[in-house]
Amino acid sequence: MSQATAKKNGVWATIWEYMTTVDHKKIAILYLIAGGFFFVLGGIEAMLIRIQLAVPNNDFLSAGLFNEVITMHGTTMIFLAAMPLLFAFMNATVPLQIGARDVAFPFLNSLGVWLFIFGGIFLNLSWFLGGAPDAGWTSYASLSIASPGHGVDFYALGLQVSGAGTLISGINFVTTIITMRAPGMTYMRMPLMTWTTLVAGVLIVFAFPPLTVGLFLLIFDRMFGSNFFIVEAGGNTIIWEHLFWIFGHPEVYILILPAFGIFSEIFSTFARKRLFGYSAMVFATVLIGFFGFMVWAHHMFTVGLGPTANAIFALATMAIAVPTGIKIFNWIFTIWGGSIEFTTPMLYALAFIPSFVMGGVTGIMQAVAPADYQYHDSYFIVAHFHYVIVGGVVFALLAGLHYYWPLMFATMLSEKLGKITFWLFFIGFHMTFLIQHFLGLWGMPRRVFTYLDGQGYNAANMISSLGAGLMALGVIVLVINIIITVAKNQKVGRDPWGDGRTLEWSLPLPVPYYNFAQIPLVRGLDAFWIEKKEGNGEMLPAESLDDFHMPNNSIIPFVMSLGLFVASFGALYFASGKEWAIDAVADLPVRPWAFWVLVIGLAITFISMITRSFKDDLGYYVTKEEVLRDLEEQERGAK
Amino acid sequence: MNLSFLKGKALLLVSALTLFLAGCGTNELSTLRPAGEVGQEQFNLMVLSIIIMLLVIAVVTVLFTIAVMKSRRSKKGEDFEPEDVSGNHTLEVIWTSIPILLLIVLAVPTVYYVFKQADTEAMTDAEGNVNSEETVINVRAYQYWWEFEYPNEEVVTAQELVVPTDQKVYFNLQGTDVKHSFWVPAAGGKMDTNIDGINSFYLVFDDEASQEADRLFYGKCAELCGPSHALMDFKVKALPEEEYDQWLADMKAVEEPVQASSEDAQRGEEIFNNSCMGCHAATPTSPGAMGPNLTNFGDRDLIAGFLEHDQENLEAWIKDPESFKPDNKMAGTYELTDDEIQAVASYLMELKVEEGSGDVSQLREPAADEESEEGGN
Repeated sequence: MSQATAKKNGVWATIWEYMTTVDHKKIAILYLIAGGFFFVLGGIEAMLIRIQLAVPNNDFLSAGLFNEVITMHGTTMIFLAAMPLLFAFMNATVPLQIGARDVAFPFLNSLGVWLFIFGGIFLNLSWFLGGAPDAGWTSYASLSIASPGHGVDFYALGLQVSGAGTLISGINFVTTIITMRAPGMTYMRMPLMTWTTLVAGVLIVFAFPPLTVGLFLLIFDRMFGSNFFIVEAGGNTIIWEHLFWIFGHPEVYILILPAFGIFSEIFSTFARKRLFGYSAMVFATVLIGFFGFMVWAHHMFTVGLGPTANAIFALATMAIAVPTGIKIFNWIFTIWGGSIEFTTPMLYALAFIPSFVMGGVTGIMQAVAPADYQYHDSYFIVAHFHYVIVGGVVFALLAGLHYYWPLMFATMLSEKLGKITFWLFFIGFHMTFLIQHFLGLWGMPRRVFTYLDGQGYNAANMISSLGAGLMALGVIVLVINIIITVAKNQKVGRDPWGDGRTLEWSLPLPVPYYNFAQIPLVRGLDAFWIEKKEGNGEMLPAESLDDFHMPNNSIIPFVMSLGLFVASFGALYFASGKEWAIDAVADLPVRPWAFWVLVIGLAITFISMITRSFKDDLGYYVTKEEVLRDLEEQERGAK
Repeated sequence: MNLSFLKGKALLLVSALTLFLAGCGTNELSTLRPAGEVGQEQFNLMVLSIIIMLLVIAVVTVLFTIAVMKSRRSKKGEDFEPEDVSGNHTLEVIWTSIPILLLIVLAVPTVYYVFKQADTEAMTDAEGNVNSEETVINVRAYQYWWEFEYPNEEVVTAQELVVPTDQKVYFNLQGTDVKHSFWVPAAGGKMDTNIDGINSFYLVFDDEASQEADRLFYGKCAELCGPSHALMDFKVKALPEEEYDQWLADMKAVEEPVQASSEDAQRGEEIFNNSCMGCHAATPTSPGAMGPNLTNFGDRDLIAGFLEHDQENLEAWIKDPESFKPDNKMAGTYELTDDEIQAVASYLMELKVEEGSGDVSQLREPAADEESEEGGN
């Protein structure tokens, strides 16, 4: 059925196909496009910040607008760019790496992406509807309750909707990896990308509920007049900080672990060598995930939790250095004695090691709680987390984009332009953030919209802003690269890098919609490499050629997400101008329609859910004949 | 290479690093030029952790560079097939255990100083009241200004904190509207001013370091608190104990607002009493007011915490505070003509506390028996 729709040509047919798709490869492309869009948006916000801070006493952005820009930069980059882009690569690779025809819950996969897209759009509509959130991406309760207007409501509702999508995707990946591995694909034969996705998925399952709870409390306070964070009424704002960071710290591991996974694949491929210390790598991944839940209060050393709490969380934080160190050394020994080809993805991977180590060691420095009293909320922190998130996650995303591009689109990005992007981005990155460590140590607090002349901050800020300009140039070259590649549309065949080791590279390009004509038999780690070396270069089938089952496309996930999108507007304006509302929204005009919008939105979602529950959708079968036809065609193409 | 040589080398490294770090930043603002015990301890921890981390970076960089340089495909040849090594148990043990040892070196002083710097027991006496023997200051953070109350002496001031040098200064910190964070980088790390409860900690200002900073340290709000977060600065005047006591005594001696002398200022005083008094006190009393206490406004170094202290700036500030500090709570609460603003400004510039007017010997006696409202923790 999905094929039938795809054959109808025309733009609308394609759009309809993507709106209804449950194919993980197409969902990956949706994540990539939406995440890429938000990445550029967040990047523009970053540039605005650096322009404002380039010189002292600048008035390029007003104080209030600056706070909106930093809030949206952080929120967009974490929730709407980094995570979705990682989901793009997880979707593109994981089912192929484990030898599955799709994910465990294709319907939920589609629901996840649409919830994220609608949540992201909702959040960004705040720019046009009375102002964006301005309480920082952490949105600490006392300020977020005081923040006038609906900005923070956009934040809370937008993240709630997109967060639900993330939670669903997390559950989906965990289930997929546990239940849908091909015969022979034991846990200890899974590629690192799959392992890190599994651990990140588990982290999502445990970390997002605290955020959901925190956001609900904030929504109730701001939109329905409850008192969870209102101190005069017996509330407590510190609870928000705990809930946020119980989510927030695992969140950074949710981001960095898949990044580690992407790099592990790249190191191994372009050094032509299996991953050194595979089991230690797996163990370290799991350990990092586990420790990730025990360190949240290191974001709160200055809150006044007392010396016992500070000491315990300081020690727990230091402990994370050990598994991270194990990983770094194993990567170094993976390339040690290998045969390194300096492709664009490999350049990012190689640059990642020193960059990430620098971000890592400042992390350990912050674990020294008394010293952190100085670092906390200063530019030192800004420098640190950009070193780990840009030097780790963004490098991985850019590396992954070049590395997996042929897998997703059956074309290759230009290596020449890719390397130009790399050097611009790499130099710009260190120029922007290295100096910020010192700004922090010289006493510059973070999140300041300007700084006064004569404090010794001028030159360093100017250098930082110039560096940011280089990074922006790098991204512009990347966009040009993508446009050229799409326009040329020069198709490549199977295993385009020549050194593919894992199952996904054994597939013909473009990958058939059912992935595997026959589910492959996995004979060890780096399954495809083994067949290249010991077999005839083809995966052995684990089943005879036969009809198999695939899920139907569905528009229901889209409609379900749309319902929540509509309902969010109702919830948002519900307290507007009401007597019982908090000061921040009590003076706004009353919106009598808000309640009905809320009801209609929820009705759309619930009716979709009921439809889904009662309408049997059993999917369809791909016939043996069709698969045989495809295989013949591939063979002809190969000749 | 004998041990003493190694020791000498390590010492050289430490001093070189300290010099390098101290070489930058300014005396009144940089965490790298600690002005007292707390800042010094934190700085020492920074240096210790930086040394360990530089060691780690050095090892990684060397191994990484060798690995990359030796394994280039251009060098190895296109057809080179690397040997597939699954791992090495000994190596794994080495790079697991060495980091653990390094972390223990870091962890021990960390835990020690966490507890040491959290020790504020001396703030309160046996009954839980503010200890009159110690310097205790209650800090209240407002959007976007600071109030400082000296509970033992019952003196209130704002924006310019005055502290004695060479002794522990204890702080009780609280936020009134939203969360802020109290930070004097040169003296030591920050602590949040929560709105949920009081946080306590101490700082020390060395007299020598204070002299080097012209006795005026910079203080900052470190927690995002609204549009003017960046401008929520304050100053810390660190005085030798006698001068500090004298200042407190002088402040305490102000029972009536300072009398205006010039004609302009007298007119300004009247306007002030009608339009400004509701929020701003001109005597060092009544903590928790709507606006900063202005008793010694004429003596201060800055207007609104960050503008140069002159008549012109003051008039501009009163005329349109919103344009200087967006979202501050003073804007729009009064209506004054330009002429009236000029008079008020003249009056405010005259609000100086006469030096030596107070009696130091009486400073703490009456307060000693009284119960303080704000107990310690």
